[in-house]
Amino acid sequence: MRWGNGLIALAAAALMASATANSLASGLPAVRVNDAAIIGEGMPRQLSDYRFFADARAQQPIPYVFPYALNTPLWSDGAEKLRFIYLPRGTRLEAEGEGLLKFPVGAAIIKTFAFGEGDARRLIETRVLLHRADGWVALPYRWNAEQTDASLALAGGRVDLVTPAGEAISYAIPNKNQCKSCHGKDEQVIPIGPKARNLSAEWFAQMVESRAIDRVPDSAGILPDWSTHASGPAAPLARAYLDVNCAHCHQPGGGASNSGLDLRWEQSDAHAIGIFKRPVAAGRGAGGHEFSIVPGQPDTSILLYRMDSAEPGVAMPELGKASVDKDGVAVVRRWIAEMKTE
Amino acid sequence: MKRFALAAALLCTAAPLAAETHRVEPGEGAGTRLQEALILAAPGDTIELGEGRFVLTDGLSLDVDGVTVRGAGMEKTILDFTGQQGSGEGLLVTSDNVTLRGFAVENAKGDGIKSKGADMIVYDSLRVEWTGGPKATNGAYGIYPVESTGVLVQGSVVMGASDAGIYVGQSRDITVRRNVVSLNVAGIEIENSRNALVENNTAMRNTGGLLVFDLPGLPVMNGGNVILRNNMVIDNDTPNFAPPGNIVASVRRGTGVLVMANDGVLIEGNAFEGNATAHIMVIAYSQPFKDPRYNPHARNVIVGSNAFGRGGYDPQLDDKEQLLEAFGGALPPVLWDGIAEDGNGLMIAEGVTGWSLNLSTPGQDLAEAQPGPLTLTPLESWEFPEVGAPAELEARLK
Repeated sequence: MRWGNGLIALAAAALMASATANSLASGLPAVRVNDAAIIGEGMPRQLSDYRFFADARAQQPIPYVFPYALNTPLWSDGAEKLRFIYLPRGTRLEAEGEGLLKFPVGAAIIKTFAFGEGDARRLIETRVLLHRADGWVALPYRWNAEQTDASLALAGGRVDLVTPAGEAISYAIPNKNQCKSCHGKDEQVIPIGPKARNLSAEWFAQMVESRAIDRVPDSAGILPDWSTHASGPAAPLARAYLDVNCAHCHQPGGGASNSGLDLRWEQSDAHAIGIFKRPVAAGRGAGGHEFSIVPGQPDTSILLYRMDSAEPGVAMPELGKASVDKDGVAVVRRWIAEMKTE
Repeated sequence: MKRFALAAALLCTAAPLAAETHRVEPGEGAGTRLQEALILAAPGDTIELGEGRFVLTDGLSLDVDGVTVRGAGMEKTILDFTGQQGSGEGLLVTSDNVTLRGFAVENAKGDGIKSKGADMIVYDSLRVEWTGGPKATNGAYGIYPVESTGVLVQGSVVMGASDAGIYVGQSRDITVRRNVVSLNVAGIEIENSRNALVENNTAMRNTGGLLVFDLPGLPVMNGGNVILRNNMVIDNDTPNFAPPGNIVASVRRGTGVLVMANDGVLIEGNAFEGNATAHIMVIAYSQPFKDPRYNPHARNVIVGSNAFGRGGYDPQLDDKEQLLEAFGGALPPVLWDGIAEDGNGLMIAEGVTGWSLNLSTPGQDLAEAQPGPLTLTPLESWEFPEVGAPAELEARLK
C-alpha cells in the first residue's frame, strides 16, 4: 500500500508548497507557475498543480509560459498539438548549433494533444517534461471528461476517438516508461522537439524580445515547413519527417540503436539511412522485402512498408501511432521514387 | 510504506531500504495495475505476479534497476498479449540487474520479451509462445536480450518465433542453458556477440537448431568466443516460415548448427539426430557489404567430439540427388564452404567427417563449388577460452 499513501503524501506536499509560494487569498488567479512542483521530487497528481495555464480548457498560458510550433512536427494520429515552454524568471534558453536548445533547471516543456475543432475540441492528454536538478522527468496527464483538469496517468491509457482523417481508433496515451522510449538517449531522458533547426526565426525573434534567449540562432528553421508537404521538394521534407518522427529511436544511443538505422537529419551516409541496408531484427516487419530503402522502388522498401502499416509488430513508429499518416507516407514515397538508382 | 515521502532523503544518502514485494493479480485492469507496479517499483523490489491469465492490450515495460518480476510458474502465470494493440514487444526491460522468473508470455504482436542495454539480466523458467504454431505472422524473437553485458537465459521454453526463439544480439558474457526451443525458425541464435556459452539446451523441430552469426553494418561487431556444448539438436525439420527479407529466411530446413562468419566457435559434446540438411554447417557471410570493420570469414571454428546420429539424408540444397549419390545416400555431418582466411577456418577433432564445397572467397558463386570430402588434418588438442555469464547471475537464483 506504500504507493497509494505515498502519492497522497506527495500531492499534499505539492499543495502546501503552492500555498506558501503564492498568495491565493486575494482570489485572483495565480499568475506564477508552481516552481516547487517542477523542481521537487514528486509527481504532481494534477496538471493544474503546476499552474501553467490561466485557462486550461482554452490552453491559455500565463506569462513565462511561451507557446511554440515546429516547422516539421511529430505526427500523432493527426492530433492537434499545443506546445509550450516554461522558463523560470531570470532564466533563458541557449542555442548550441542547430540542435536541441539548452534549458535551465526549473524549465518545463508542455504538450497538449487535442482532437476536434472549435467548440468540439477535446483535450485528450498533456505530456510534461520537467527539468530537475538531476535531469529531465517525463510525465503523462489524462484530461477528464469535463475538460477541467488532467490527472497523472503513470500507466498510460486508451481513449476511443475519431481522427481528423475520419478513422475510429483506440488512441494510446503513453505510460511513463514509454515517454522514455522516445525521449531516452544514452539512458537519460531528454527533450526531442525544440531544436534550433526546427523552430522558426520569427519565433526566436519574439523570444529575444521576451528576453527568453539572447539571439536568433544562425540555423533557425532550416527544416522545411511541413505545410508545403504536397508540393515542396521531396528530399528535405522526407529527411525532416524521418528526423522528427523516427530518429529519436533510430540513432546511436537511441531506443533502436541496435538496428543500425540512423535517420537523423545530419546523417549523410547512405547505408546508415537505410539505402540497401538489410534488416536486423525486423521479423515480419520486413514485409518480405530485403532492404530498408531501394532507390526508385518505394514499394519494395521496408521503411515505407512499416510507415504505411497500422498493425502492431509491423507499424513504425511503434508508439504513438494507431493509424497511418498518409501525408508522411506520400512524401517519403515521392523521395524514394525520385532517388537515383545506381 | 513511506518510501515516496522519503525519496529526497534516499537520493541524498543512497541508503538502501528494505526491498518490498508487490503482488499483482490478474483480473479487471490487470494491465494498468501491473504497469503501474513496474513503474513505481524501487530498486531491489519484487513484483509478484499472481496465478492466472493477465489479459493485456498494451506492451509492458520495466525501467527500474534491480527489480525481480516473478510469477507462479511458466504454466500458471500467463501474460496474454493476444489482444495487444500497441508496442513492439510484450515486455521491454531497459534497466540493469533485472531478474525475470516463472511466467509465460503468449502471442505478443512483436517480440516476446526484449531487454535492451540491460546489463546483468537473468531470464529463468519462462515460457514465450505463439500458441497457433509456426506462422510467418508470429513475432520475431521470443527471448531477446540485446546490447547488454552479462546475460543468463536458463530453464525456459520458447515456441513459434518467426525468427529466433532465444536471440542474443550485440552482447557479451552470455550463458544460455537448459532451455527448450521448438517450432521456431532458429532455435537459439547468438549474433554479433562475444563470450557466449550455449549448453545443455534442447533444440528440437525448429528449421535450424543453433545459429552463431556475425553480420556487417551493426553498431556492435566482431562476434566470437562462442561455445556450443552438450546440447541436444534434434529433428529440426520445420519448413522455414520466416518472413522473406530476414537473414534467417535463408536457413535451410534440417540444419543443426549454423556458424556464419565469427572468430572462435567451439562445438563439442552435442548430440545430433535427424537434421536432414546438415548437423553442422560452417560458412562465410556471402552477401555484398561495405562495412570496413567487418570480416566475413568463419575463423577458428573447432568441431570437437560430438555424437552424430542420422543426418544429411534430405539436404535442402541444389543438386541434392547427385550429392546424395556421391556420398552414398547421406551427407557426412559437417558441411563447410571451404573458405578460410590465412588457412584459419574450420578445424576438426579426430574422427569428425564432413564435406566441403571447396570455395575460396566469400560471396563466390555456388556454381563454382567443387564438393568433396573434408581433407583437414585433425587437431590433437586445442585451447579455447572459458566463456559465459558472470557467476553472480547464477548466484542470484539460489
